[in-house]
Amino acid sequence: MHEMGIILHLAKSLEETAKEQQIEKILRVTLQVGEVSGIMTDYFTDCWNYFRKRHPVLETAELELETIPAVTFCSACERNYPTVQYGRECPYCHSGETWLIRGNECIIKEIEVE
Amino acid sequence: MRIIELKETVTASNDRDAQVLREELQGKGTLLVNLMASPGAGKTTLLERTIRDMKDRFHIAVMEADVDSDVDAVRIEKLGAKAVQAHTGGMCHMDAGMTRRALEELGEEAFDLVVLENVGNLICPAEFDTGAGKKVMLLSVPEGDDKPLKYPLMFTVSDVLILTKTDVAPYFDFDFEACKRRARGLNPNIEIFEVSAKTGAGFDAWEEWLARAILENKGN
Repeated sequence: MHEMGIILHLAKSLEETAKEQQIEKILRVTLQVGEVSGIMTDYFTDCWNYFRKRHPVLETAELELETIPAVTFCSACERNYPTVQYGRECPYCHSGETWLIRGNECIIKEIEVE
Repeated sequence: MRIIELKETVTASNDRDAQVLREELQGKGTLLVNLMASPGAGKTTLLERTIRDMKDRFHIAVMEADVDSDVDAVRIEKLGAKAVQAHTGGMCHMDAGMTRRALEELGEEAFDLVVLENVGNLICPAEFDTGAGKKVMLLSVPEGDDKPLKYPLMFTVSDVLILTKTDVAPYFDFDFEACKRRARGLNPNIEIFEVSAKTGAGFDAWEEWLARAILENKGN
């Protein structure tokens, strides 16, 4: 839904890094995307391919996406469980007092440069 | 060829810009409120009544963010408050850079309160820090009490939840207690108000909170 907005910020962060470190071309960008971050990866890649052509330093940068599995913590029985499989209700004790501890992030892990 | 580890969130550059803007505004004694809700929840209507009630006490401006048109800015200007229309260029949210540009449009006047009426949307605006000192969200009775379950991030990041259109509650099955319990489950510190812009019910408590936030922002 907001993939283009995220791409704009990603591009800005990368251009700042390139300027600071005097990088002329970025060849690969690796992002870590949480399973429940709400980012649609196909659409995200399309947006990136559209966008990078307008920025000389990013033009050659392929986007690589790594998925971070989502994990929820149950504060009633203090156990972790996979969010996507079980949702909000703890599969062990059926409590609803649960919190997402990982899986909604979008992190620039690393870039490969010339 | 070499690899550079960055390990920073994609929106890191926006988060930095937002923090700089927040500190600048606080230094000027201007409280920026990021007002968020779905389309039609009553953001502009809430603002109209709030401005009418508070404009003699505080100098208020509004930045209307929309994908297109200026109908909301026109409504605010009719009340005598300064309003600017920011177009997001098709984007579903405002970020810190767009907010800074809209603030520049407001000019050099010193405002006690600037309200950013964000794009009508319960998802994207929650993800982008605009530099606001306070985040206020609305949920209207016709939308339903299950919204904290469906859009948890918005309820998690907001300082205040205003339940609007309470005058139509008899016609809907909106469970106020269930809604509040769900919102507090996500965000134990969230302040919750119930208002009707039609009857004026509940506005005293909300405006008292807002006045206190404006004064606290000035260090009073």
